[in-house]
Amino acid sequence: MDTEACRNVKIRVQHLCKSYEKLEVLRDVSLDVFEGEVVCIIGPSGGGKSTFLRCINRLEEYNSGTVYVDGQNISAKGVNINTIRRNIGMVFQHFNLFNNMNVLNNLMLAPVDLKIYSKEEAKALAMKMLDRVGLADKSNVYPDQLSGGQKQRVAIARALCMRPQIMLFDEPTSALDPEMVGEVLEVMRELAADGMTMVVVTHEMHFAREAADRVLFMDDGQFLEAGDPDSFFGHPKNSRLQDFLKKVL
Amino acid sequence: MSKILSTYGPLLLRAMGQTLLLALYGLFFACIIGMIVGIMSVIKNRVCKGIALVFVNLIRGVPMIVLAYFIYFGIPYLWNTILAIGGLTLSALEAGTICLALNCGAYMAEIIRAGIESVDIGQMEAARSLGLPYWRSMQRVILPQAIRTMIPSIINQFIITLKDTSILSVIGFPELVNTAKNVVSKTFMSFQTWAVVGVMYLIVILILQQAAKIVERRLKRGHRSL
Repeated sequence: MDTEACRNVKIRVQHLCKSYEKLEVLRDVSLDVFEGEVVCIIGPSGGGKSTFLRCINRLEEYNSGTVYVDGQNISAKGVNINTIRRNIGMVFQHFNLFNNMNVLNNLMLAPVDLKIYSKEEAKALAMKMLDRVGLADKSNVYPDQLSGGQKQRVAIARALCMRPQIMLFDEPTSALDPEMVGEVLEVMRELAADGMTMVVVTHEMHFAREAADRVLFMDDGQFLEAGDPDSFFGHPKNSRLQDFLKKVL
Repeated sequence: MSKILSTYGPLLLRAMGQTLLLALYGLFFACIIGMIVGIMSVIKNRVCKGIALVFVNLIRGVPMIVLAYFIYFGIPYLWNTILAIGGLTLSALEAGTICLALNCGAYMAEIIRAGIESVDIGQMEAARSLGLPYWRSMQRVILPQAIRTMIPSIINQFIITLKDTSILSVIGFPELVNTAKNVVSKTFMSFQTWAVVGVMYLIVILILQQAAKIVERRLKRGHRSL
């Protein structure tokens, strides 16, 4: 983000804590994500990255702290989480396409079922989104006939059909064969260029470096370092981040 | 053999009809019980889970013959004599239906629970992340996939329940085994009678299995491309 003025906070996370039994997964984590910003979170497995991401749409419940999406406390009394989730697209490591439906119905299910669009509108929108991820010819195919990269592009298109203002990516390329990583990252790059607010948990350092506005390093349930990609990768200060980068780069 | 068939064939066929009727009633209510209890055991609510668990374990832990006696004799005795409310009579068909429905329902609940749990958790998460409520996600995404894996077990349970109707001969319902017993006591031709009865069960069950195969094949086809 170049302009400091008039930046809307899309996601505000404050003092988030989460533990499973005795294991503390998130320890007093705070983060503001601005409108149109692309934030990448990197770090070793088990460090709490995915849990943090899943707290933003309450797929994971947290023990304390607050999450605001568009200024709305998502855990406040009387808040319908389903309404909030419509505005937050999520892409999963294992795609999670609905296996009992073809691609088109995967995309149309939520918009039609939630009566956001009529069937015709939803179909037109779905075809547009499929075209956007380069898979318009696959609309009648079932998920098990797609490659990993195609599945993930469909999953992105499915999330986009809800016209979300925020997209969360949970290691979107980790389950892909190496030759398919590129096509998914390409779609994500385009989304970022279009001004989508994105939070991406990833192991793709190159993607983080070139597409992110801000990169964060999470380990042990805390953000240990944050910064713009150049300084983050160029001059890491935290010793654990230095170790981590040495291993992965 | 031919004497049994010519003299008692129609009677035995009618008894087979009674067996099927009883099985049908039992299965109908078993499906309802199984669906309700099965879903109760997967939702987050602890009370629902507890009730489902107690029900399934209770029924599975008691032999069906005991359940049959308990429902047919025990419940009316409790109602009419111990509690002295009076006026409750259960026909053998009613008691038999309740007995089958409870017994088969408990096993169906387990099949349905296992079927739902076999669907990857990510399917539910993806549906919920799009803003679909829990029940809609269940209906549109989870159950259609779960049913596919449940079908073979459900058909198997149907067959077991059909055979279990023979246990209900002990409460005097005129199904096939009960009727055959009467035929044997009149004719003393136990070999011929029981052979005929065995073949009759076999035929019905083979037909059921064939039907099951067709259903399974059709479901598989629906899963693939159109």
